[in-house]
Amino acid sequence: MRLLLAAVVVLALASSAQATGDPQRGRELFRTGCQSCHGVDARGIRGTAPSLHGAGAAAADFYLSTGRMPLDAPKRQPDRTEPPFNRQAIDDLVAYIGSLGGPPVPQVDVARGDLAEGQRLFAENCAACHQIAGRGGVMAGAYVPTLLKATPRQIVEAARIGPYVMPVFSKEQLSDTELASIARYVEYAKNPENPGGWELFDIGPVPEGMVSWLIGLLALLLVIRVLGKQEAP
Amino acid sequence: MRRWLIAALVLLLGKLRRRRALPPGPPPREPDRKAENATFVLLFLSMLASAAFVVLYVANPDTQFLGLAVGFALLALAAACAVAAKRVVPEVQGEEPRPQLLHVDDQEETLAALRQGGEGVSRKRFFLLMGGGAAGLLGTALLAPALSCGPDASRVLTRSPWHRGRRLVTERNEPIVADGIVPGELLTAFPEGARKEQLASPVVVVRVRPDELDLPEERKAWAPDGLLAYSKICTHAGCAVSEYRYPLHDPTAPGPALVCPCHYSTFSVTNGGNLIFGPAGRPLPQLPLEIDGDGHLVAAGDFSGRIGPSWWGVRRG
Repeated sequence: MRLLLAAVVVLALASSAQATGDPQRGRELFRTGCQSCHGVDARGIRGTAPSLHGAGAAAADFYLSTGRMPLDAPKRQPDRTEPPFNRQAIDDLVAYIGSLGGPPVPQVDVARGDLAEGQRLFAENCAACHQIAGRGGVMAGAYVPTLLKATPRQIVEAARIGPYVMPVFSKEQLSDTELASIARYVEYAKNPENPGGWELFDIGPVPEGMVSWLIGLLALLLVIRVLGKQEAP
Repeated sequence: MRRWLIAALVLLLGKLRRRRALPPGPPPREPDRKAENATFVLLFLSMLASAAFVVLYVANPDTQFLGLAVGFALLALAAACAVAAKRVVPEVQGEEPRPQLLHVDDQEETLAALRQGGEGVSRKRFFLLMGGGAAGLLGTALLAPALSCGPDASRVLTRSPWHRGRRLVTERNEPIVADGIVPGELLTAFPEGARKEQLASPVVVVRVRPDELDLPEERKAWAPDGLLAYSKICTHAGCAVSEYRYPLHDPTAPGPALVCPCHYSTFSVTNGGNLIFGPAGRPLPQLPLEIDGDGHLVAAGDFSGRIGPSWWGVRRG
């Protein structure tokens, strides 16, 4: 009985940990940290920063937990940094932005995803920009961030909201289970299995191909040298 | 034309000159039969691999096996050349201490030494036959892909399955509900019932806010509710346009655009697929859209221009 009670308490704590944010405190934090760009009551300032009404808790959690917001210069591409707010402050801000409407923070269960399916979906939907190894790259008009530090929750949030110039992936295009598979593949790609040999920093097939080219060219040069060697008369 | 005639004449004269045989000399060296046989085997293997390429290309064109076949043909040919150069054709280094050849005897001696280079090989005809066969078959193998470019090719490339009233379906053949597409999403769609592999089949569907649209006058009706469709095949080199840049906040980010990941050709979404950046020479062809009575997306006609990559003569629409 006592065990059951303890379990109930732990469960209650765990579920409340998801939503411990206090919107009132979040509003105070918003006034000092965000209002100069996003405007009074998060209504946005034309030409500087968008309104956050309808942005939703998912977007707030993504931008704040990856340290992309607050942004020191509004014209710059938001890059991943160490978040200046602690977890409690982020939860408060997320609760406040969430109270203005929009999609909630998604729940991700990576264990429900399938690794092989995740790789297929990642190759189809994400690898064009993020590279199959998830190490990022460039795109016309933006840098593509690496996914090394992204948590499964941040990956799902990014897919649903489409931050900066990234496209949106709606539930019709990628279901929750499919996104969980993708998140699982990204988790795997952070530290992929190595059957042996030199992993070359896991940055994908292009450098690996380059290295095999270099080795192949060296081998060819050796063959040429052996063949062309003149015997002493 | 005159230059060719002169070249042919020179070639002919050279051939006639070579006919003048050298005086016979003693056979200087035992042919290396083992090395010769090894060369024949290698040349034969190269021929087999080249023939296999042609057969594979016709029967089951799997690129992995095609690559293996042609790779092995080249490797065996190279090995045959190496063995022949090293072991079959004797290498003789001769020095000529005399300032000039005054005596007939000396001349004969020198000619004999010169001939040694070719004399130590038996079965020369067979060599020529095998070498020619290996090279010829390899050439055939490399030409085999030309079979695919029959007179039909240009028609296949430009034929479009789209016409007014044809429904758009997803990869899983489900019709597309117009209201299901949210702004910022990139959806790949195909014509219902058509072959998806056809070059003109795949289109990308996106939604922008209707007030963002900046289409030319004659295309004003092509984007119901801000829904736009463009060919997914880049007009530069024919890659799949699979990247979509959709800014959340226009004033601080670049405008909405479709981007080809191969060479970063960037096409504006809102003004009819015009090129913003990159090597493509013409806009991305747009497909006019309609929404039917069930709320599904259907085509309202054919593309605005020629789809597919650009080559000679195809620079404009």
